Amino acid sequence: MSGDSARDAVGDYRYGFHDPENATIRFDKGLSEQVVRDISELKNEPQWMTDIRVKAYRRFMEMPMPSWGNCDMLNQIDFEAVTYFLRSSEGTEKNWDEVPEDIKNTFDRLGIPEAEQKWLGGVTAQYESEAVYHSIREDLEEQGVLFLDMDSGLKEYPDIVKKYFGTVVPASDNKFSALNTAVWSGGSFIYIPKGVHVEMPVQAYFRINAKNMGQFERTLIIADEGSSIHYVEGCTAPTYSTESLHSAVVELIAMDGAKIRYSTVQNWSANVYNLVTKRGIAHSNATIEWVDGNIGSKLTMKYPAVILKGEGAHAEVISVAYAGKGQHQDAGAKVHHLAPNTTSNILSKSISKNGGRSSYRGMLQVTPKAHGCRSKVVCDALMLDADSQSDTYPTMEVGNSSADLEHEASVSKVSNDQLFYLMSRGHSEEEAMGMIVNGFFEPFTRELPMEYAVELNRLLELEMEGAIG
Amino acid sequence: MGDEVLSINDLHVSVEGNEIIKGISLTISVGEIHAIMGRNGAGKSTLANVVMGHPSYEITSGTISFRGTPLEEMEVFERARAGMFLSFQYPSSIPGVQVGTFLRKSVSAVRGENAPSARDFRKELKGHMESLDMDRSFLSRYVNDGFSGGEKKRLEILQMLLLNPCLALLDETDSGLDIDALRVVADGINSIAPEAGCLLITHYQRLLEHVKPDFVHVMIDGKIVKTGGAELAGDLEAKGYDWLEA
Ligand SMILES: Nc1ncnc2c1ncn2[C@@H]1O[C@H](COP(=O)(O)OP(=O)(O)O)[C@@H](O)[C@H]1O
Ligand SMILES: [Mg+2]
Repeated sequence: MSGDSARDAVGDYRYGFHDPENATIRFDKGLSEQVVRDISELKNEPQWMTDIRVKAYRRFMEMPMPSWGNCDMLNQIDFEAVTYFLRSSEGTEKNWDEVPEDIKNTFDRLGIPEAEQKWLGGVTAQYESEAVYHSIREDLEEQGVLFLDMDSGLKEYPDIVKKYFGTVVPASDNKFSALNTAVWSGGSFIYIPKGVHVEMPVQAYFRINAKNMGQFERTLIIADEGSSIHYVEGCTAPTYSTESLHSAVVELIAMDGAKIRYSTVQNWSANVYNLVTKRGIAHSNATIEWVDGNIGSKLTMKYPAVILKGEGAHAEVISVAYAGKGQHQDAGAKVHHLAPNTTSNILSKSISKNGGRSSYRGMLQVTPKAHGCRSKVVCDALMLDADSQSDTYPTMEVGNSSADLEHEASVSKVSNDQLFYLMSRGHSEEEAMGMIVNGFFEPFTRELPMEYAVELNRLLELEMEGAIG
Repeated sequence: MGDEVLSINDLHVSVEGNEIIKGISLTISVGEIHAIMGRNGAGKSTLANVVMGHPSYEITSGTISFRGTPLEEMEVFERARAGMFLSFQYPSSIPGVQVGTFLRKSVSAVRGENAPSARDFRKELKGHMESLDMDRSFLSRYVNDGFSGGEKKRLEILQMLLLNPCLALLDETDSGLDIDALRVVADGINSIAPEAGCLLITHYQRLLEHVKPDFVHVMIDGKIVKTGGAELAGDLEAKGYDWLEA
């Protein structure tokens, strides 16, 4: 395929380089119970995990596709064309020097080890299916913080994994959580002991390099009573003209008084299906915050959720979505107020350009027993041209009258006067558009660690190039 | 004349089919301060916007050249980079973009290779903000977002001082300012005036007590009906515009 037509297929994509694929183990395409069993066996998993996988596989086969989001695009997924497991390195390295050269090159280009040295508490880098590099700062290790890739977590702490795995997102939740449970590989496993505050953010980086590759990472974070952590996840995929499937599950558990913030910036190339289930349970006076940025992909369906289970728990969901040509971002948030005096804030911002479509899909539930709840939902959409589309599907189920709920939604266009003002200060039309777009996302960007914020702004500015006309 | 920064020749401008500017000629040279006075709706802002290149206006006939280059050949941002500056009557707000970031980016866009280093920029900025009596906290606010009228005008003048234009178009920069602020703004204009051409649009005489114009033009219904020296501003203050109407 010529360079030009590959470019047409995937759009302009910043991280669109790819490395020679260098797999040591690669499964045949397609999914069967045997593939699921083989993955489990290859990883030397305990029988109970094999059973969970097989059961989930059967659920996956029975379950229908979601009836929301973008059914046309979903029905184009060819599950038989996906490779479900690819091992590109023999095991997880602790020392960056031991990571195979070509994989290291990729992460060097993405700036991972450098970032670690500067400011991160720990790093897990995942390439294809499994983690290839992992480190955690010594002081965190001394405080009893566990930060491993999920496969190692299962090997070394099977009791903790067995107790919590699938308790927040059951396999049967939806077709893609069933798929993930059946074929999951990699992801992060984190446990923070009582009262420990992890001051620096810890990071994972996921990258799909191979063609037709599925990536099904599984992340589980447990913050014990009174502890806190900020976890940061970045994702990219290189340029291929064939489609890839990313279907992750993330489960968060914040015990009494604990706080988890989970920040993601995803920049997938325009042929990736990004179908992710993220959910957290917040016990009494605990806080869960999702900071979720979605750029790129063909179709993203992702609704970070919080179950406010204990009295006084708090949820915060701040998300942005950017839909360019041929892309559909179907994103939003779900908050379930199950206990009294729980509070939530949802801020969703989306930008559509060049015929892209972004949808906000939200669910706010307040049960009859959950008295004195407060929730505020704000959805802002910015349209960069007339061909683009933005829609909102908010659902509210409110079971008692003591709830204090606010909902605001706005759709705006970039005004000629704003562009003219910026251009009169020496900025080209693209640069002016980039500034307006970055400004629109600023309430999100300011929540990110510095390097991510800078990176996101740069990506958006690149997206604006050639956007005018 | 080699010192001409702006030369407008028999300019006609329409918006949505209505003619607003009906034949204006005007030449501004380096070191000159021109004032345009006129009632609301006379077409003063339209003139300034057209010179800067606002896309809503259509030039139906006539020419404008800036430092000898016909303006139709220049995009808005190219005019800015070549040294044209417009202080807006109603500056737009840009939510989410911090004043500090915006100023730094604008200075590097306009001054290009001659832009100051980060350190010199901060020093320059600090000096100008002190002279304009602006608090540091301005820098972390969003551009014009929730600004009072006076704050917006100060930010316009701050940009003018940083961008150091050779042609400054100041559209009602004096309106909404108290007497102290007016003096501060006037000092700013006077500081760039010797090296630049200035066009002050106003409908009060107040600013002209602090900035002495070389020429005063009276604009009525899209035309300049009278041109005089600084004393004309005083006449207008005393007699109004009626005596000039045909
Ligand atoms: N963008 C525009 N669209 C429509 N009418 C305009 C526009 N700009 C100016 N006008 C009209 O042109 C006339 C002159 O306006 P303006 O130049 O703002 O006057 P001034 O600045 O002298 O008060 C007014 O009648 C105004 O309504
Ligand atoms: Mg005006």
